[in-house]
Amino acid sequence: MAQTVFAPWDDPNEKPLIQFRNVTKRFGDFTAIDNLSQDIYAREFFALLGPSGCGKTTMMRMLAGFETPTEGQILIAGQDMAGVSPNKRPVNMMFQSYALFPHISVWENIAFGLKREGMEKAKIDARVTEMLRLTRLERFARRKPHQISGGQRQRVALARSLAKAPKLLLLDEPLGALDAKLRQDTQFELMDIQEKTGTTFVIVTHDQEEAMTVASRVAVMDEGQIMQVATPAVIYEQPNSVYVADFIGDVNIIEGAATPQGDGYDIAWAEGQPVLHVKTGKSFAPGQKCFLAIRPEKVGISAEEPTDAANKVQGQIIDIAYLGNLSTYHVQLADGTMMKAQIANTRRLSRRSLTWEDHVWLSWTDTAPVLLES
Amino acid sequence: MRRMTWFNATSLTLGFAFLYLPMVILVIYSFNESKLVTVWAGFSTKWYGELLRNEAFLDAAWVTVQVAVASSTIATVLGTMAAYVLVRAGRFHGRTLFSGMIYAPLVMPEVITGLSLLLLFIGIGLDRGILTIILAHTTFSMCYVSVVVSSRLVGFDRSLEEAALDLGCTPFESFRLVTLPIIAPAVISGWLLAFTLSLDDLVIASFTAGPSATTLPIKIFSAVRLGVSPEINALSTIMIAIVTVGVITASVISKRATLMQQRDEQAAARTA
Repeated sequence: MAQTVFAPWDDPNEKPLIQFRNVTKRFGDFTAIDNLSQDIYAREFFALLGPSGCGKTTMMRMLAGFETPTEGQILIAGQDMAGVSPNKRPVNMMFQSYALFPHISVWENIAFGLKREGMEKAKIDARVTEMLRLTRLERFARRKPHQISGGQRQRVALARSLAKAPKLLLLDEPLGALDAKLRQDTQFELMDIQEKTGTTFVIVTHDQEEAMTVASRVAVMDEGQIMQVATPAVIYEQPNSVYVADFIGDVNIIEGAATPQGDGYDIAWAEGQPVLHVKTGKSFAPGQKCFLAIRPEKVGISAEEPTDAANKVQGQIIDIAYLGNLSTYHVQLADGTMMKAQIANTRRLSRRSLTWEDHVWLSWTDTAPVLLES
Repeated sequence: MRRMTWFNATSLTLGFAFLYLPMVILVIYSFNESKLVTVWAGFSTKWYGELLRNEAFLDAAWVTVQVAVASSTIATVLGTMAAYVLVRAGRFHGRTLFSGMIYAPLVMPEVITGLSLLLLFIGIGLDRGILTIILAHTTFSMCYVSVVVSSRLVGFDRSLEEAALDLGCTPFESFRLVTLPIIAPAVISGWLLAFTLSLDDLVIASFTAGPSATTLPIKIFSAVRLGVSPEINALSTIMIAIVTVGVITASVISKRATLMQQRDEQAAARTA
């Protein structure tokens, strides 16, 4: 049986759940969101990723109804949200600070939204119990928020925002306050819950690993605009700009001039150095300025000159960052450029031969880098 | 170094003597047998009995309590509303002017407040009595409530209110169900402050009281002008006792609440 890939954004018949149409938001003179259009589909786990001040939180607050767009429209399920107050929207939000009500118990916190709906008592009981089970909080139902730990509070916040079964759940840096280990576990829990409930999640984060782990699509933002929207793999492997390449993960950027050659381009990058060859589908004018982006793990490092590599450069090891599973070698090339090469430490430490100040060869294939215009 | 040195002990004794010696003397003389305040003639509680038979004092005490309860309650409602708007409504035109005007009565001489209220009441033809005292006390204690409540609101996590809206509350429900319960301690202390201010106000009450209603401070003040009687000492002792019990109860309750919270948080950290 063929597994259908979840990609509603590629299906022209699919109706988007959320539509941003030429949305601009200004705070006084400051433009937080600049003429932005974006569709988000039902059952997506959509991540807004960017540095602080890029407008990602503003987008989320406009969806929740806490901010109104200065220009443009936001549609949820085809309905224009202009003038719809936060309490009337089919949207719930999980706050960065969790915003649990400190004066009532965990149970009451989760039931809060249901009671406002005027749901019958028996139904509320059943729904809260279900939410407690989903987030594994049964034991803590009667406790007050200050009587539970940070991770448990985070789950209460999630349960509370899911209790009303919203069409759309907004998560504002939901895991920011958790330590690394707990954060990883919770990321998988979030994905699990998202799948079980079928809710559309929009998550705001500045942690690229988190966005890559949980999201079906990632939008990389900068200065009120979306730079690229794609699946995590495409964002990582085929960034459309130096900004995106640099923001996600580690990357070596080499600036040069492109000359058409075969099915790709030769890049002249430094005086007296052999050109680098790269295969690409994009077209560049002869002599056009371009940027070669290559991930450190796609760069090989060896003491002897490799014979069959499409690209090779010589350099000297300046620094070695030992990360346990990986080592990153900082290599200085002849013209002073620093490049990083990352090698998995599959052998024991004593068996490895490269060390500081060694002269080495860096090499990569002609399909490993991406060639970017800017 | 946390030792009770000779110097510390002396400072402590002098300081407390300065604060409490007058009151101690008053309490002692309230149990004086003699009618002459300055001559000790043996222990007696007879002035307390006299006090209970003094209709004029009891009436004044009753008026004072009514005024204090009514004015502090109205002041708490108005003061909380003012604080909420000033902290929450963001920047609107004249915000600075408004907040300045709310706090101005704090530094306004009481004589001026009293006089202007008196002129107002005469101007609109309101007969002076218990109602005018209540209005006057509300006017000046409201700004104290507003100061206390707004200091709590400034430290209040706004996302709590947003969460309430997000979960389906109207703005008023969000205030009633989330904001108010959380700022309740500040609202209660604002009420207590207004209550205390009203209890011991003499200046403003003397401008706005009429023949039909006199408060206890006015009564005591006018009685003392004719000479201090042991009855007044007894009355003052009772007031000191009430205030002391109130303060101790309040601090014990808040101390216990803090301890409980600390214990809970430690327990939560351990089971995490």
